[in-house]
Order: sequence, then structure tokens, then C-alpha cells
Amino acid sequence: MTWEQLVFGGVFVIALGSSLAMLFMRNAVHVALYLVAAQIALALAFLLQGAFFIAAVQIIVYAGAIMVLFLFVIMLLGIDKREALIEPLPGQRTLAIGLGAVLAAEIVYVAWRGIDLAASPGAGSTALDQINRDPGNVQALARLLFSRYLLPFEATSILLIVAVVGVMVLARRLGSASRAAEHADENRKAA
Amino acid sequence: MNSVGPGYYLVLATLMFTVGVVGALVRRNAIVIFMFIELMLNAVNLAFVTFARMHGEIVGQVLVFFVLVVAAAEVVVGLAIILVIFRHRASANVDEMNLLKW
Amino acid sequence: MELIPGNDVKTLATSAIYFPLITAFLLLVLGGRLESSPIGKRVRGWTGWLASLAMVRAFASAVILFMEIVGRPEHRRTVSIHLFDWIEVPGLAAGFDLLIDPLSVVMLLVVTGVGALIHIYSIGYMRGDDRFARFFGYLNLFAAAMLVLVLADNLLLLYLGWEGVGLCSYLLIGFWFDRPSAANAAKKAFIVNRIGDFAFLLGIFLLASAAGSLTLGQVNASAGALGAGVATTVSLLLFAGATGKSAQIPLYVWLPDAMEGPTPVSALIHAATMVTAGVYMVARLSPVFEAGDALIVVGWIGALTALWAAVIAATEYDIKKVLAYSTVSQLGYMFIAHGVHAYSAGVFHLVTHAFFKALMFLGAGAVMHALAGETDMRKMGGLRKVMPVTGWTFMAGWLAICGVIPFAGFFSKDAILASAWEQGRYDLWAIGVVTALLTAFYMSRMYFRVFEGRVKLPEGVHVHDAPPTMAVALVPLAGLAIVGGAINLPGLLTLEHFLEPVLGAAHVPEGLVAWVLGGVALFVAATGILVARALYGSRAGSVRRRTLYARAPWLVDAARNKFYVDELYGRTIVGPGKRVAAFATDVVDARLVDGFIVGTGRTVATVAERFRRFQTGYVRSYAAVFLFGVVLILSVLVVRVS
Repeated sequence: MTWEQLVFGGVFVIALGSSLAMLFMRNAVHVALYLVAAQIALALAFLLQGAFFIAAVQIIVYAGAIMVLFLFVIMLLGIDKREALIEPLPGQRTLAIGLGAVLAAEIVYVAWRGIDLAASPGAGSTALDQINRDPGNVQALARLLFSRYLLPFEATSILLIVAVVGVMVLARRLGSASRAAEHADENRKAA
Repeated sequence: MNSVGPGYYLVLATLMFTVGVVGALVRRNAIVIFMFIELMLNAVNLAFVTFARMHGEIVGQVLVFFVLVVAAAEVVVGLAIILVIFRHRASANVDEMNLLKW
Repeated sequence: MELIPGNDVKTLATSAIYFPLITAFLLLVLGGRLESSPIGKRVRGWTGWLASLAMVRAFASAVILFMEIVGRPEHRRTVSIHLFDWIEVPGLAAGFDLLIDPLSVVMLLVVTGVGALIHIYSIGYMRGDDRFARFFGYLNLFAAAMLVLVLADNLLLLYLGWEGVGLCSYLLIGFWFDRPSAANAAKKAFIVNRIGDFAFLLGIFLLASAAGSLTLGQVNASAGALGAGVATTVSLLLFAGATGKSAQIPLYVWLPDAMEGPTPVSALIHAATMVTAGVYMVARLSPVFEAGDALIVVGWIGALTALWAAVIAATEYDIKKVLAYSTVSQLGYMFIAHGVHAYSAGVFHLVTHAFFKALMFLGAGAVMHALAGETDMRKMGGLRKVMPVTGWTFMAGWLAICGVIPFAGFFSKDAILASAWEQGRYDLWAIGVVTALLTAFYMSRMYFRVFEGRVKLPEGVHVHDAPPTMAVALVPLAGLAIVGGAINLPGLLTLEHFLEPVLGAAHVPEGLVAWVLGGVALFVAATGILVARALYGSRAGSVRRRTLYARAPWLVDAARNKFYVDELYGRTIVGPGKRVAAFATDVVDARLVDGFIVGTGRTVATVAERFRRFQTGYVRSYAAVFLFGVVLILSVLVVRVS
């Protein structure tokens, strides 16, 4: 048993275990914490597969920034209360679990038909290691990002701006506040 | 070096994705549903990284990068929507948002 | 020698169309805003002056063009101008082409000349109307359409102008659309013309497919090869269109009602120009008509219409209606000319008629203007004394239409009658002479009642003679009505000779026969005038009228009721048509069409009522369905790989 198999075993258990635990936590904060655990485990899996930059981003952006945002909203809204266990929609749970199982089975089956699951990474892995060594993982990523994927890259920048503006429009309280002020004005005029 | 084959990573990704799907369907808190969607995205990211190693190409990792950006934007907008809904209805329960029906 | 290089013919011809067209759009789009603009406040009715200026400019183009064409040797007088491609499909080519030749130049002169005078007249006549600018917009649009009609080099463009003048006629008859009678008259004119236009369009289609071309020159050149049957059918269809536009039996009924429009409109459209479009068209396509036997029909329809309308006109009391029936009658005269192959005589009469009939309409308009819109001649009398300009100019028109030498009408009417005689068509000649007698009678009747005798006015009216803008149009027209016949005097440049390259040589009798025929025409004119004078211009007139009425009351009563033609059409065509329409709305539309539509709606509603239960409003249910779909799609993939 090599150290990679060992680490992968740990990653597998933690990632899947945390995901499953998310399902059963009734408190949103707990769900978020287990998601952080799963994401850190995944970051390890990325590291194992030579995706160093992605692993770092996973921890900083995902497990860090995004999850903090989640927790922030949870706290802001004060909905850290427990969710009821009863399912109001009849058959929703059975349907979800049944369909989920079928989905997993189908994906695995299709993957099994197409890929030798037990095979070692082999040539591909060596090639990736070569890239990681020669230009380096970050350099290779950057080179692709700013050449072949420049247009999508710029598109994402527009996407982010749109998102920022959209959130500002959505979340400001100004709308209702100014409307209330107008009402007050009208009332004063009427009086 | 007797390393772990990509198949195992893919199985892990599949299982996490399925858990995400089931969670998104059975939970009622909008924020929690959101987190399950993030879980699904993460599972997909794992699959991309695995494919990158299988093919010895770094393109898979570039795709992960894009998924990350889109996910970030989506989370921000989604949470803002939840915030607005919460202001109006004092609840994040998706079952209570059922006005769009016959 | 050419006065102007060839290219300028194009500029002149197009400018004649463009000037009225541009002002028309300007006036119709901006309309009242122009009147309330700073200029409008300073110069009242300046839109009318603008429109008139456009027409005067077009007339100037026409005059220069005429000089240019006259100055050329005969074989170089026909110019075809290609402006732009209009419709270009295999087997059919219709460009926006204008044809300049003697005939179209004559028409161009008449339309722009008479048009310009009537525009100026309208400034005075329409003063104070709420829709002053719009009136001139329509009038200019009409002029542009009419010019397209007479200058068109192919049938399609001619048809464009044909429909364009029809539209403007409709708009102008119903110009005072707040009066139900005007709105109804406009509709009647449009629908009756529709019938003729439909036949006309069929004729164009048939002619285009038979001759393989739409161009006038090519159509006329290949007319001989059409075969008598096709040529006759085509000609009859085209002539059916002419009966609509030029108000001949059986489609003349719209023209008397069209008098609901403002009087300048009656003068311009329903006397001088538009109604002569049919006459022009038949002359223009004369080789086609010659190729078949349709001219017999043309001649008879013209003769019967001339007589029929003259009889009605003799009993009408409304001055505008008299003039309207007179117009119908005179148009019939022009078709008599066509029927005896004397196209140039027909066009000659068209020109002189445009002068004196426009003059008389404008005179009638001046009378109405002075008498607060009164049109009943029984309430008038002796007006020449209080309205000298109108009275004297009207007299010129009256003598011209009666056919008194040397006024314009004598020459043109005599040319037609002489041609009929020369062709051996004594039947048409006889009808023409009788009609001439009647024409002299009813016109004199109107003249004596309105302008001579004791001064008689409707109560509470302050009479005033025509204001300057109106008089300025009356006087030149009166001059033309007096000397207009000179354009066809032997020795000078005669109209018939000028038109010969287009319409063929005219055959008129010579020597003693010509003098005798002219004498007969003069004699009947004098008889008509004297009879009218005896009945309406003297003290004993009313007694004589009563004894005359007692001889044949049924005929006079029938004529007074326009021979019940409107009633006949109402029973036989309008009534059944309304019943068909009622069936279509009440049964076909209400039950069948609506039933089908409502049924479709109900079915959808019923199905939707069941299906809408799927819309629970629960996001998670929708997500479950979504997932089901994903699983389904993946299943397809599974089946594919295994």
C-alpha cells in the first residue's frame, strides 16, 4: 500500500462521509461546516492528482471565501434554527433517493464501460507530471488561460461585473425605503 | 509507484454528486439546498481534475477554474435572491415559495 | 434641332411628378403644423400657395417639355425614360419608366395647367377650412398620381397611377367626412370604381400574358398578333375599367354623388382630369382596341351614356349635379369618338372639355361660395349682375359646351360628329346630334335660371363676387374656353396632326360635307339655346313648362329620379350583396369560423384544466421531475454503450 493509496483512502472516507453527514444535519451551520470538510478533502484529492493551483484555489476561494459568505448569510438571516424532519411532499424522499441511486448506477456503468476503473494512471499521469515540472502547474494553466481560453476568460470577467451589479440592485434596501419616503411625502401633501 | 487509478476518483465524484442531488431534493432550507448544489459542483470539479490526469492535459484544470468563477458569481447572486425573499417572507423554506402555480 | 439635350427631358418629366409629390408628402405628414407654424401665422393659407407653387412649377416643366417635343422632328418625339427598376422577375419586367410622346405631353399640359389654376382657385375656396393643409396635400397627391398615369410607359405603372387617382378621388369626395352623405358618396365612388378596376386589372393580366410584355410600345406593336378574340376580350375588360373611371353606363352612378366633395375637386378630378383617364387609356392602347371588335361596344356605350346623362341633366335642379351629368354625357362623346376610330378627336374633346367644364365647375363653386353653399338653381337668378366676373366667365363656358362657333366646344364636338359621319356610323352621329341638342338645352336652362333674369337670392345671403384667387383661375380658363378650339384649326400646328404619330391619322370629311355638318351642329346648338330661353329665360316660361310637362309627365318624372338606376342597382346588386354579406357574418363567421375558434379554445382549456394540476408550485417537485429527465437521458446513453 503506497502513501497515495493511503491518503486517497482518507480523502474518500472524509469526503463521502462529510457529504452524507450534510444530508442528516438539521442545522444549516452544521451543514456548512461539513461542506467545508468535504471541500478540504477534495482539495487533497486535487493535490494527489497534480492540480496544485486548483487545490490552493479550492481552499482559498471555496472553503474560504464562498463558505464564509454562506455562513455570513445564515447568521444574517438568523435561520440557524433546526429544520423539521417531516417531509410535506409525498414520495419526495423515496423519489429523490431512488432516482439518485439510479443516477449513480448509470454514471458508474457508463464510466465503467468507457474507462478501465482499476487501471493505473499510466502515461497520462506521467505527461501531467512532466508539465507540472517543466513550465510548472501555474505557468501552464496561465498560458492556456491567456491564449486559447482568453475569450471565455474575458467573458467571466463580464459575468462577475454583472453579478456584482445585480447583487447590488437586488440586495439594497433603498427600494422599499425610498418608496416609504414617497408615501410619507404624499401623506404630508394630502394633509 | 503503485498509484490510485482514476476510476476510484471518478467513483468518489459520482457518489458525492449523487449525494448532492439527493440533498438538493430533500432539504427545504434554500441556503442548504444551495450548499448541496455547491457540493455537486465540487464533485464535477473532481471529475475534471481526474480527466486532466487521465489525458495528461492541463485543460481539465482550466475548466475547473472557470467552474469556480461561475460558481462564485452564482453563489453571490443566489444568496442575494435568498436575502430578498427572506426580507419579504421571513423564511428561507422553498416549500413556502409556491405562488407560481395554477 | 433640339432645344435641350436629351437628358433634360428626363429632368423635366420627373420634376413635373416630383414637385407635387414632395409637397403632398410635406403637407400630409406635417399638415396642420405647417399652418400653425410661424410662417402660417403671418401668411394665412400658405400651404395652399406652396401646393399651388408646386403645380405651377410642374406646369412650367410641362410647357418647356412641350416646346422641346414640338421643336423636334416627328420621328424623334417619342422618348422613353427609365428611372429605376421596379419589378424584375423572369417573364415580367416593369420598370419605373416614363413615356414622353405627343399624347402624354398633351395630357401633361392639361393636367398641370388646369391643375395649377384649380389649386390657386382652391386657396380662396377652401379658406378657413379646418383641414386646409390636408386638402392641398390630397390635391397634390392626386396631381402626382395623375401624372404617373399619363406618363407611364407600362401598364403596371399606369395602373399604379390609375389606382392612385382613385384613392385621391375617394379621399377628396369624402373630404368633409363628417357629413354622412359625403362619406357615403366616397364609399360609393370607391366601390363602383373597384368593379371597373377589377376588370381593368384582369385586362392588364390577360394583355400582359398574351403580348408577353407590359411596356405600352411593345404591347401596341404586338396588338395585331394577338388574334381578334383575345384582342376583343382584352379590350372589353380594359373598357370595363374605363367605364368605371370615366363614368360610363353601367358604372356612371358614382359621379353625380361625387359632387359631395369640395367643388374644386369636382372641377379637377371629376371633370377635367381623372374621369378622362379612361378616355386617355383607350386612346393610348388604340392598336389593341383596333385589333378586335370592341370598338363597336365602346361607341355604343359612349353614345348611350351621352344621351342618357343628357336627359337626366335636363331635369336636374342641383347646379353641380347638372354639371356632373353633363360631364358623364361629354365623356360619352369622347368614347363615341373612340368608337369611330377618331382617337385624336376624342383627345381633342378631352382637352377642350377640361377647359370649359373646369371653368363651369369653378363658376358653380364661386356661386356656391357666394350663396353660402346653395346649389338649387330654383333659388337663384340674375346672378351675372351681382357677380360679373363669375357670370361672364361662366357664359364663356356655357357657349363653349353648347357648341357655338367660335368657342372651343364647337370644334371638338364637330370633329367627333364629322368623324362618325365619315366612318358611315350615321346611328352614332344621330345620337350625337340629339345629345348636342339636349346639351345646349340643359346648359342654357341652367345658365338662364342662374345668371339671367330677375335677381333672386336665397334669404339672408350677402352676395359677393369671386375673390381674386378664384377669379384668377376663372379668367384664363374662360380664355381657353373661347379660343381653345384654335389648337386644332387647320394651318397652325394642329392637335390632330401633332397626335398623329401616336393615334394615327384622323379622317374628317372635307369640302361641302364638312360645312353642312358644321352647320347642322350650329343649328342644333341654336335650337337648344332658344328652346331653353323660351322655357326659362322669358316671362311665359313657367306656363310653357307646365304644358310641356303635361305632355309626357312619366318621362320627366323618370328622368328627375335618374331613371331609378340607383334603385335598380340597390335591388339587383347591393341588396343581394348585403344578404350574402349578412349570411357570411351571421352564419359563416358567427357559427362556423367562431365555432371552430371557440371550440379550439375550449378544447385547450379543458385539457389545460387537467394538466395544470401538475403545476404544484413546489420547486422541489420540479427539481425531482428535472432529475427524472436527466436519468432518462442518461438511460439512453446506457443503452447506447451496452
